[in-house]
Amino acid sequence: MPFQSTVGDYQTVATLETFGFLPPMTQDEIYDQIAYIIAQGWSPVIEHVHPTRSMQTYWSYWKLPFFGEKDLSVVVSELEACHRAYPDHHVRIVGYDAYTQSQGVCFVVFEGR
Amino acid sequence: MSKKYDAGVKEYRDTYWTPDYVPLDTDLLACFKCTGQEGVPKEEVAAAVAAESSTGTWSTVWSELLTDLEFYKGRCYRIEDVPGDKEAFYAFIAYPLDLFEEGSITNVLTSLVGNVFGFKALRHLRLEDIRFPMAFIKTCGGPPNGIQVERDRLNKYGRPLLGCTIKPKLGLSGKNYGRVVYECLRGGLDLTKDDENINSQPFQRWRERFEFVAEAVKLAQQETGEIKGHYLNCTANTPEEMYERAEFAKELDMPIIMHDYITGGFTANTGLANWCRKNGMLLHIHRAMHAVIDRHPKHGIHFRVLAKCLRLSGGDQLHTGTVVGKLEGDRQTTLGYIDNLRESFVPEDRSRGNFFDQDWGSMPGVFAVASGGIHVWHMPALVTIFGDDSCLQFGGGTHGHPWGSAAGAAANRVALEACVKARNEGRDLEKESRDILLGAAKHSPELAIALDTWKEIKFEFDTVDKLDVQ
Repeated sequence: MPFQSTVGDYQTVATLETFGFLPPMTQDEIYDQIAYIIAQGWSPVIEHVHPTRSMQTYWSYWKLPFFGEKDLSVVVSELEACHRAYPDHHVRIVGYDAYTQSQGVCFVVFEGR
Repeated sequence: MSKKYDAGVKEYRDTYWTPDYVPLDTDLLACFKCTGQEGVPKEEVAAAVAAESSTGTWSTVWSELLTDLEFYKGRCYRIEDVPGDKEAFYAFIAYPLDLFEEGSITNVLTSLVGNVFGFKALRHLRLEDIRFPMAFIKTCGGPPNGIQVERDRLNKYGRPLLGCTIKPKLGLSGKNYGRVVYECLRGGLDLTKDDENINSQPFQRWRERFEFVAEAVKLAQQETGEIKGHYLNCTANTPEEMYERAEFAKELDMPIIMHDYITGGFTANTGLANWCRKNGMLLHIHRAMHAVIDRHPKHGIHFRVLAKCLRLSGGDQLHTGTVVGKLEGDRQTTLGYIDNLRESFVPEDRSRGNFFDQDWGSMPGVFAVASGGIHVWHMPALVTIFGDDSCLQFGGGTHGHPWGSAAGAAANRVALEACVKARNEGRDLEKESRDILLGAAKHSPELAIALDTWKEIKFEFDTVDKLDVQ
């Protein structure tokens, strides 16, 4: 048994792409990531979906992308509003880069059940 | 005015050394590092290179007068000293666009690095850089998908892609091989890779591998809820066989295949890239044999040229070395050619080894792949050097984990995400690497064990091929 006792059992986890392997972020850590999105000149976008459909390409927009939004507190309150409106949905924040038509940041802030 | 035929041997420089020539926007420009035989003047050596790589031959020939060589000849328009080297010098040569077939990298290389490299008047010759004119670039297909499309297909944003090569390189049966793929992907990697020399050997025929790998990819995708892929190596002995493998990968609904572009050849590569574009398949490119061509500082072809050629021939990911791992590659030089893989305009910058402004126009970008002798402790440096548009591949650094490949994969994924998060928070990854990794390990026993396993491994050898700067 001495060999076996040193080997751990790795259990597969279902994750939601980027930052899925880190512990849930604190509020300040989430604010830092949003501040980074704004500092890069990207537009914040909030998207949500029911957990059973998380592998869909398109999640529902919360309102519209917040083009040119520079105020961190606006983004935070919209995130919270989205979470309140869809408490059982995953809610993710995207830093949308119109130049590359891609996403510089994308991670799930609230996990639905 | 027509010329008279004058048989005999003329000096090359009479025709091909034209220091007053101002290159056209449509010219293909090349910079060669030349080392001539003793006693041969620089202008003569440089002119000989221009001649032998374009229209010239050793003797005057009557048939030259049937055309207007002024229109077709390559011209050496500048000679520069190589800093810190008394023998070698740079020759800058301009080639008229019409010397090359549209969209054919094969044709460009056959001219530029053909016979001229065996020329007796030269001791060494190295093609350092090419400036491709926009008029030529627009005739090339380029990456079948490019960085942005690849991200959209794989649903990976805001971080480098994470992969690994399946080990051992050779000798696993198809079913065992698929098992290792499954372990890596369920552990948190995005992509796994056939090693370059896995083609279709007696111990594991390609169809066997493709089927088991497809099952592994689909299973891992189902269980983790993330999109996964495996580079199925389609490099083969004939183009027909290569396409058959590619078609089967598509039939299995796999997102990405792979090709070895130097051993396979540019013609095969361009063909496969076209197939990928037509069939919505991503294309990963390996570069076996490159070091034979690009490592000697005075002879051969610099990798920045091979990288530019690949971007034109077509590929969505290309190996570029790691800077920090077990394989050759200095930091500034690497940054210079990864710019040429990814950016739409790269300015001349000798401190990065780029000899020309290079405008890529709308040509899609290629992911830079860092692979070879890297492990978790390298993660902060890799994220800093390569940025998000890269694919970081840890082979030994995944499978060598004491708990196995899945735990090794998880350790790398945790380390990668911790580095990206810290970077976005404005932290200096290279200075604070220890704190960032050890902090992340508090929440991940897999990472803690990986950090302990590889804590002493470094590859600190000086590079053989350095930039020519003093």
